[in-house]
Amino acid sequence: MSSPLSREDVAHLASLARISLSDAELDRLGAELPAILDHVAAVQGVVESAGTDVAPMSHPVPITNVFRADEPTPGLSRDEALAGAPAAEEDRFLVPKILGEEA
Amino acid sequence: MTTRLHASDLAAQLADGSVTSVEATQAQLDRIAMVDGDLNAFLHVDAEGALAAAADVDARRAAGETLPTLAGVPIAVKDLINTTGQPTTAGSKILEGWIPPYDATVVARLRAAGLPILGKTNLDEFAMGSSNEHSAYGPARNPWDTGRIPGGSSGGSAAAVAAYEAPLALGTDTGGSIRQPGAMTGIVGVKPTYGGVSRYGVIAMASSLDQVGPMARSVLDAALLHEVIAGHDPRDSTSIDAPVPSVVEAARRGDVAGLRIGIVREFGGEGFQPGVQRRFDEAVAKLAEAGAEIVDVSCPSFQHGIAAYYLVMPSEVSSNLARFDAMRYGLRVTPEGNPSPSAEQVMAATRDAGFGDEVKRRIILGTYALSSGYYDAYYGSAQKVRTLIAQDFSAAFGQVDVLFSPTAPTTAWRLGEKSDDPLAMYLEDVCTIPANLAGVPGISVPIGLADDSGLPVGGQFLAPAQADDRLYNAGAALERLVPAPVLEEVAR
Repeated sequence: MSSPLSREDVAHLASLARISLSDAELDRLGAELPAILDHVAAVQGVVESAGTDVAPMSHPVPITNVFRADEPTPGLSRDEALAGAPAAEEDRFLVPKILGEEA
Repeated sequence: MTTRLHASDLAAQLADGSVTSVEATQAQLDRIAMVDGDLNAFLHVDAEGALAAAADVDARRAAGETLPTLAGVPIAVKDLINTTGQPTTAGSKILEGWIPPYDATVVARLRAAGLPILGKTNLDEFAMGSSNEHSAYGPARNPWDTGRIPGGSSGGSAAAVAAYEAPLALGTDTGGSIRQPGAMTGIVGVKPTYGGVSRYGVIAMASSLDQVGPMARSVLDAALLHEVIAGHDPRDSTSIDAPVPSVVEAARRGDVAGLRIGIVREFGGEGFQPGVQRRFDEAVAKLAEAGAEIVDVSCPSFQHGIAAYYLVMPSEVSSNLARFDAMRYGLRVTPEGNPSPSAEQVMAATRDAGFGDEVKRRIILGTYALSSGYYDAYYGSAQKVRTLIAQDFSAAFGQVDVLFSPTAPTTAWRLGEKSDDPLAMYLEDVCTIPANLAGVPGISVPIGLADDSGLPVGGQFLAPAQADDRLYNAGAALERLVPAPVLEEVAR
């Protein structure tokens, strides 16, 4: 598959990934990503030439949900949980405002 | 001089009382103070914590307590692994100064076994890289030539062990990040079977590929550390609930007589440095002389491992690194000239300021590979190639006991030499990546110095999942046949 990834496409992907990029970064990634995608696109041809019966493998070991017994165990104290936060107030995480920003 | 001892020999001296853990730990701290300015292998040194742990072990030994084998032997830990009381940065600005509120399971096991933790070692940011040049805190350097890279992403751990700053270290290996720096610094590095060692408390890069493993100056030392950290952990849903193979016993045995060793046809020739290829061919000849049966094996899908890896890995990266959102921990940057930014704007500004180029490249690549319309073509196809690679391993292990190849196609390159070409850097992992995609274990053992560069070369054994003991057996035999090169002093 050809991957004509334009500078605008890279900017859109960056916004989806919540990363602001400078013009210089957009220029560089706009040049690098198509080259990388051209290389990795080879996987399609490999699968096609292998025939139809290849099951996808997401993980090297079988994955099942693991549940522990429903018993209370000690967790982090409030101070421990808040210690690494950029900001805290009244024993809670202090985060930027999100409500009403679209108005 | 205790800093030059193998961990097994130091453990014996600690046990017979000829040296104390405080003395051995202080000697390592002195060595770090002497050479780490040139190497940048450590991002943080915890002299106080290490000496306190050492004093505790000495007191317990003096009181007649029976202690685990490695009790008192100091260790360095890759800064991707959570440690209470010491920062964990993942080599990124986004976690600068962050101190985890809990220990990773592997760290808890080190502490329980009495190993003083010297500090945290340098790495490519979030373990993304093959050279350690992508650390936000500057590159670690190769002690064989400080103008060269030590390999990545566990380059700090590798440099620390090679330069006698620590007898042991923990690394993590997602596409070869223990084995490749091990090879490039002339030490032993092991990626255990996927699920063999807990990933709880290890900052995730690509969860279906990441694995913690030992780095050491001998195969036996790696085995001793392997047995400390391995085994089932109920806190990790991917942890295998089965007994750990007796890897220490296998490392003590080290006998290849009658062992069937497969040479992977696809790992050699074009793209492989002649000096690497010559050391490898000599190692094969010595294994044959020692009674191994050498078998030519073809694993045609291995050559597509890099393409599959560079789809699966960034896809998982884009998901795993979404947690660095400027809200809960780490850096928070407010966009310039915006007095009341939205959460989304804060997140985007923080991630731009906090992540380096390689991390951004992989997150955006992963976002693309997982996007609607491209998912089946890229991620879906990559998952199928993964199946083909696993099938190649199954077929190969039907014919042979272990596979053997060079660990990396070249020896360590100069700092900056491949920085402008991400694809060239990615190709360095050609021999190591298939093991991560299929979940099988691998070991890199030094096989001498390349005659064309004078730098260390590694040979890699691969074994079936949960047969890690075969690696230690074959690795220990090879170590006896081809002694590891000895670093006299850090070469400036």
